[in-house]
Amino acid sequence: MTHIVVDPVTRIEGHLRIEAEVENGSVQNAWSSATMFRGIELILRGRDPRDAWAFAQRICGVCTTVHAIASIRAVEDAIGAEPPPNARLLRQIIMATQMIQDHVVHFYHLHALDWVDIVSALSADPAATARLAQSISDWPLSSAVYFRGVQERVQTFVDRGQLGPFGNAYWGHPSYRLPPEANLLAVAHYLEALDWQREVVKIHAILGGKNPHLQNFLVGGMASPVDPNEQASINVGSIAQMKSLAADALEFVTKVYMPDLMAIASFYTDWAAIGGGVGNYMSYGEYPEGEAPNAPMFLPSGIIRNRDLANVLPLDPGLITESVTHSWYEDRDGAPLHPFQGETNPSYTGPAPPYDRLDTEGKYSWLKSPRYDGAPMEVGPLARMLVAYGRGHPRVQELVGSVLSQLGVGPEVLFSTLGRVAARGIETQLLAERLDGWIDELAENMGRGDLRIADNSKWDPSSWPREATGAGMHEAPRGSLGHWVHIRDGSIANYQCIVPSTWNAGPRDGQGQPGPYEAALLGTPVADLEQPIEILRTVHSFDPCIACGVHVLDGRGNLRAKVKVL
Amino acid sequence: MAAKGDWLVGELERRGVTRREFAAFCSTVAGILMLPRSAGAELAQAMATGRKPTLVWLEFQDCAGNTESFLRAARPSAADILLDTLSVDYHETIMAAAGHQAEAVLQDTVSGQSGQYLVVVEGSIPTGANGAYCTIGGRSALDIVREVCGSAQATIAVGTCAAFGGIPAAAPNPTGALSVADAVPGIRNLINLPACPANAANLAALVVYFVTYGRWPPLDGLRRPLFAYGKTIHDNCERRAHYDAGQYVELWGDEGHRKGYCLYKVGCKGPVCFQNCPEVGWNEGTNWPVGCGHPCLGCAEPDFWDKMTPFYAHLDGFPGFNRQTHIDKVGAWGTLGVAAAFGAHALIQIARRRGTGDAQDDSAETGETS
Repeated sequence: MTHIVVDPVTRIEGHLRIEAEVENGSVQNAWSSATMFRGIELILRGRDPRDAWAFAQRICGVCTTVHAIASIRAVEDAIGAEPPPNARLLRQIIMATQMIQDHVVHFYHLHALDWVDIVSALSADPAATARLAQSISDWPLSSAVYFRGVQERVQTFVDRGQLGPFGNAYWGHPSYRLPPEANLLAVAHYLEALDWQREVVKIHAILGGKNPHLQNFLVGGMASPVDPNEQASINVGSIAQMKSLAADALEFVTKVYMPDLMAIASFYTDWAAIGGGVGNYMSYGEYPEGEAPNAPMFLPSGIIRNRDLANVLPLDPGLITESVTHSWYEDRDGAPLHPFQGETNPSYTGPAPPYDRLDTEGKYSWLKSPRYDGAPMEVGPLARMLVAYGRGHPRVQELVGSVLSQLGVGPEVLFSTLGRVAARGIETQLLAERLDGWIDELAENMGRGDLRIADNSKWDPSSWPREATGAGMHEAPRGSLGHWVHIRDGSIANYQCIVPSTWNAGPRDGQGQPGPYEAALLGTPVADLEQPIEILRTVHSFDPCIACGVHVLDGRGNLRAKVKVL
Repeated sequence: MAAKGDWLVGELERRGVTRREFAAFCSTVAGILMLPRSAGAELAQAMATGRKPTLVWLEFQDCAGNTESFLRAARPSAADILLDTLSVDYHETIMAAAGHQAEAVLQDTVSGQSGQYLVVVEGSIPTGANGAYCTIGGRSALDIVREVCGSAQATIAVGTCAAFGGIPAAAPNPTGALSVADAVPGIRNLINLPACPANAANLAALVVYFVTYGRWPPLDGLRRPLFAYGKTIHDNCERRAHYDAGQYVELWGDEGHRKGYCLYKVGCKGPVCFQNCPEVGWNEGTNWPVGCGHPCLGCAEPDFWDKMTPFYAHLDGFPGFNRQTHIDKVGAWGTLGVAAAFGAHALIQIARRRGTGDAQDDSAETGETS
């Protein structure tokens, strides 16, 4: 048994450490540890609830919209503000754009280098690359001349002897399986996607002034005025710009991302049997298609237990508990508690830095272990697509069916590392197709003369109850996100978040059940202990966002007020 | 192998960028830097020659927002050329290597290029729990920042967290978070590039300035480059005429809001925030926060999470402007005296700048790049 450590896990957001025991070429045991913490919830206490979104937004600059959305929803729920249709549609456009951009960046810039060998691209035949490209897509940048240019650019880069961010990686590892032509194709699209991601987020800049950290969020609505006839508002010109950007996004996803995903996946189908994990999936549901509290969601909510797609269960947030048995907190009696019923006493008991090994028998992470009805849950694109598939979402069923038939496999392969990669692509396609419709709905609504963007009746704190609690749920790119706020006398008495990467990256619970990362790593092959690229493949398939997961702690250990779960 | 000096021009041509377009790009950068147009030619010459300076990018208590902003860096077609101008050898969010191979890269840079590499720091540095609030490869952030910045030619603290402590240092600062300046007192050639996040255009311009001249631009008293932080948001705001005319947004979505009136009454901190957002814009000039209809948060100023909040409470008039407008109270909080504090702060900054002009270290003169 060999104990290996991957720290830092790079190409993620935040600070993540994986320790694993490897025997006979596969992982027998794994531990996931988050190694950074800020305490943003504590910082929020005592502040104006209308400011909370800006603080919460800074939990993450990658998924730069998601905590702001969850925050304004939580405060609105508490004070009874009702955002008008324009605000809902502005949020739909912002949320969908975030998901599309985030997923594409994850595929090309955070995950691809686990599957794509850049060095191998140097030996590709550009003409063969062009034939490959044209056989899978009618994307116009596909000539031999074009790929030769990309190859020469990479060659020049290598010849200068300064490999920059590509230095000292696992190039040449035997588990890289793409032929040189496919590697060159992927490198070209890595560079194109860098340009593309700058363009698509201009939708955010048009609406929110900038990206990252767009600035038009508002409790009760959105701060972007809409008026087809005003120069300083979201007007017909802005609509036209956004429709054009959305069309470009759909084209790139359809003609570049999805064909690349399918081409690369076809060389790695064995990864459809690796990295399954806990087998339980959760989605809160997202994209309400109306103002009513019970309006249907474009992506439905639900719970899947033990991979049973035929039986998607309704979601009950009251069944969420958290364990701190293996987290750096005082643990009074070891019983898992509802997240808002206990006290949180941080108590770092790990080794003093610098250290080589964590005490994996004891406490070993700044993350807690959230559980649903006692069970660990995987959240994220795979969970959402499985819930939608199980609930009979027609377009999701169609897209999933198309991917499975192209790969020649059945739905059971979805529960895997490759399944996560595929589900992320399917979701991107789905949302890129839907985005234009929401922009049209916004244009139509403001064209009818509805220029309301906010519920101003609840802006002044004198209109609020003296004490109120609220919940804001959101499906972020990486999964189910919840914010809970307790307001007293116009200021924040308590603020809580349970975040996707806490669900996925958390440590073992009091029952010894591993978290989704830890479970997914079991059985993962490791060919070379010095270059554990296989571990990166499975961990990256979750798209870790660790800063999100680790803000949730109360750094002072103060007694927290109870917050009722809504 | 391409001859030294040809690679950039060659790459540009392969990417369909003509020499003329490249010259225009350099003029644009010179414009952001408020240099004479003729400086563009000098920039172009400097960027096309020489070994790429090594840069390592450290992330501590961060949200990666500045990294994301950096990835949005763009001026026509030359955007990633600008990235290629540097050799970014270590950057956790984008680098291919992981684990001890990644840490080896950092160690090789520190020991092999001592005094020659650049560092960007993103995020604050926690001092509580003996450093356990942020560790990388088992080492504390404080330990890493001391070593890596201590041997660097220069350090850029990008974003308000690295520059001033930012959100982790907001009250009650649960982790004892510090800015780079406070965590590693006395390191040489520290440049602060605050804002939440820092604007990619300003980071790009700063890097080009350094690559071109081998030294850093003049700084204000808070070590911010004057080219980006020399004036307040309010100075050049597109809504300034409405402020002067007394036309204000009163409610979200009202006629004044739709017509682009001044956001002062709903809390805009533009009058006390030094940054070039109105001129440079965000996402290649697509828009900026006040442009979209939301008040400025004052995010490039120290302690803005404490001193600029509540964000929707308006300033109560401030010295240094020719019009003192009495504003009736908005919301239950009214004003909090931040205006007086920040008005004074603004005047101090102006005075400091007038007094010192150029706050850069003399050691910057050693900043040769070739």
